Amino acid sequence: MVVNPQANFTTLRKLLVVAVAMFGFGFALVPFYKKICEVTGINNVLKADEITNTQIDAARWLTVEFDTNLRNDLPWTFRPLEKSVRFHPGELVQVTFEIRNNSDRAITGQAIPSYGPQLAARYFKKLECFCFTQQTLRPGEVRRMPVVFVIEKDLPQDVNTVTLSYSFFEVEGTAKKAG
Amino acid sequence: MDAAHAHGYGHGDHAHHPSGILRWIQTTNHKDIGTLYLWFSFSMFLVGGVLALMLRVELFQPGLQVWRPEFFNQLTTMHGLIMVFGAIMPAFVGFANWQIPMMIGAPDMAFARMNNWSFWLLPPAAILLVVSFFVPGGATAAGWTVYAPLSTQMGPGMDLAIFALHIMGASSIMGSINIITTILNMRAPGMTLMKMPLFVWTWLITAYLLIAVMPVLAGAITMILTDRHFGTNFFNAAGGGDPVMFQHIFWFFGHPEVYIMILPAFGIVSQIVPTFARKPLFGYSSMVYATSSIAILSFIVWAHHMFTVGMPATAQLFFMYATMLIAVPTGVKVFNWIATMWKGSMTFETPMLFACGFIFVFSMGGFTGLVLAITPVDIQLQDTYYVVAHFHYVLVAGSLFAIFGGVYYWIPKWTGYMYDETLGKWHFWLSMIFFNITFFPMHFSGLAGMPRRIPDYALQFADFNMISTVGAFGFGLSQLIFLWVVIKCIRGGQKAADQTWEGAEGLEWTLPSPAPYHTFETPPVVK
Repeated sequence: MVVNPQANFTTLRKLLVVAVAMFGFGFALVPFYKKICEVTGINNVLKADEITNTQIDAARWLTVEFDTNLRNDLPWTFRPLEKSVRFHPGELVQVTFEIRNNSDRAITGQAIPSYGPQLAARYFKKLECFCFTQQTLRPGEVRRMPVVFVIEKDLPQDVNTVTLSYSFFEVEGTAKKAG
Repeated sequence: MDAAHAHGYGHGDHAHHPSGILRWIQTTNHKDIGTLYLWFSFSMFLVGGVLALMLRVELFQPGLQVWRPEFFNQLTTMHGLIMVFGAIMPAFVGFANWQIPMMIGAPDMAFARMNNWSFWLLPPAAILLVVSFFVPGGATAAGWTVYAPLSTQMGPGMDLAIFALHIMGASSIMGSINIITTILNMRAPGMTLMKMPLFVWTWLITAYLLIAVMPVLAGAITMILTDRHFGTNFFNAAGGGDPVMFQHIFWFFGHPEVYIMILPAFGIVSQIVPTFARKPLFGYSSMVYATSSIAILSFIVWAHHMFTVGMPATAQLFFMYATMLIAVPTGVKVFNWIATMWKGSMTFETPMLFACGFIFVFSMGGFTGLVLAITPVDIQLQDTYYVVAHFHYVLVAGSLFAIFGGVYYWIPKWTGYMYDETLGKWHFWLSMIFFNITFFPMHFSGLAGMPRRIPDYALQFADFNMISTVGAFGFGLSQLIFLWVVIKCIRGGQKAADQTWEGAEGLEWTLPSPAPYHTFETPPVVK
């Protein structure tokens, strides 16, 4: 019989090490993924942009409409002070949003922006935004927050209206409700 | 564990073996465990098949007739999970248990008691999956890929599915460790690596793939679990996580998983074709290298499942070319099988029919895979029925047909009786015809833009779907023939010769039919 239990257990141990290492590797992919996104500049919605070209295209008008959402029954009120703004590409625009905590506990929220049409995201440069940091509101607190942005004049000609949509998520505790 | 060993190998006779149900619960015999795996796999195949027919009933006509849309989504998800983790993978492990020790001249698997555990983990996992239909909110409906953020929001059915996947993953890892150790340490004297039958080679490589990627899946679903219940934010955008990252981690497991389900099929076909062509396998060593290359390449192509998530063009190009590269070793294999047949004295018994059917239909699935690898085309076809047609061509006509071929090929050795050749041929031809009636029209509905995983569809897809549903019922019913053939073969029939097939080579054919409970306790010498 060519059965050598000792050799078998050596192999078993080596293979177990591989399996455990690969379990760790799955988790190591998380920081690795973040690093790749950072290095390649993908997915930097939560960082201030830099603008290099500040030329204004005065011949063209753009409209930006604002949309606000609350996720997971976040007990806040969230609204823009203006529904929309009209301006030239390349122009520096400042708008204000307001959040109010309607509950009786302090809540931390994080806003995530998205754009419609999607391709506008590349030309939509935010210099200041409440979405760069988490916002903590005491019970009943109201906060007005500025957003400063530029839409670069290279935005394709057929886009005249851009929607900037924010969703506020509660940070502590995640969605536990049955879907 | 040493004691378990002594137990597993010490018995030379059947006298001390418990009989009845206890025999099966306590068994450490590789043949018993192989049988358990195969029956488990077949019953899961029937469950998954019934779910598929329930889907096809809804899709018979446009509009919503039978199921609520949420339940339809549960059906697609559970059909996928059960077929992948319950039917195809355990079937191959069943073959590994029965055949690998007999093919390399080993007395049993290396860790007989662990072998028993790896099997008996599966039924609880299957029960968890089936029970999840009856918890509030029903079974998980996030698709077999359990993409976040869907999977981080579903009801308790999702938790049951996660636990089931954890258990099945643990079972696969234990099974793989057993298989690798058996192959590396317990070959008969003279059986060098490059003399091993190709089925053993493909399983050795598959087992390495399993050990490398099943833990990654376990990690991914653990992250979902902690996101759901423990306030972590791996995939929750609000907390700085990223749902797209789930897709990257999942497909890092998912693509090798695809090859885990096809490489042993390649191995089975590589055993069958030379037998019935009565020629040695053409290009044995190139087959080994091709299998290894496919396995290595499988780690660098995962993002071709996610061309539409918004990747840089450079990344899309890399994954597109890497994916196309896989066609080269796969082509080597197909040409080797054809070259093996070339000028052979071929006969077409049922195993050979399934092997030829496999080569024909799997190649079609391979080519649609190449079409989908082209990024701009994939962006059009993403999540359409074209993709459904593609992966059923490689998984049903690929893996499943190879499993059928393997059962017909080795069942005389397992039971000692010949199966009913006429019924076997009926099974093949009906399966082949109905398979194509079911899935060929899906290419057209997909090219025309019909989205997958949706219970309703636009009127112009009605005819294609009606044909697919008719074909699906034909295919499903044809599988009952298989069940009948197997039962009939177990109960009796014409005695099978030790060398069942005239052209078959390998150690398993030197054993009596049926193979005795304990074999190769004295290792054979391979020249």
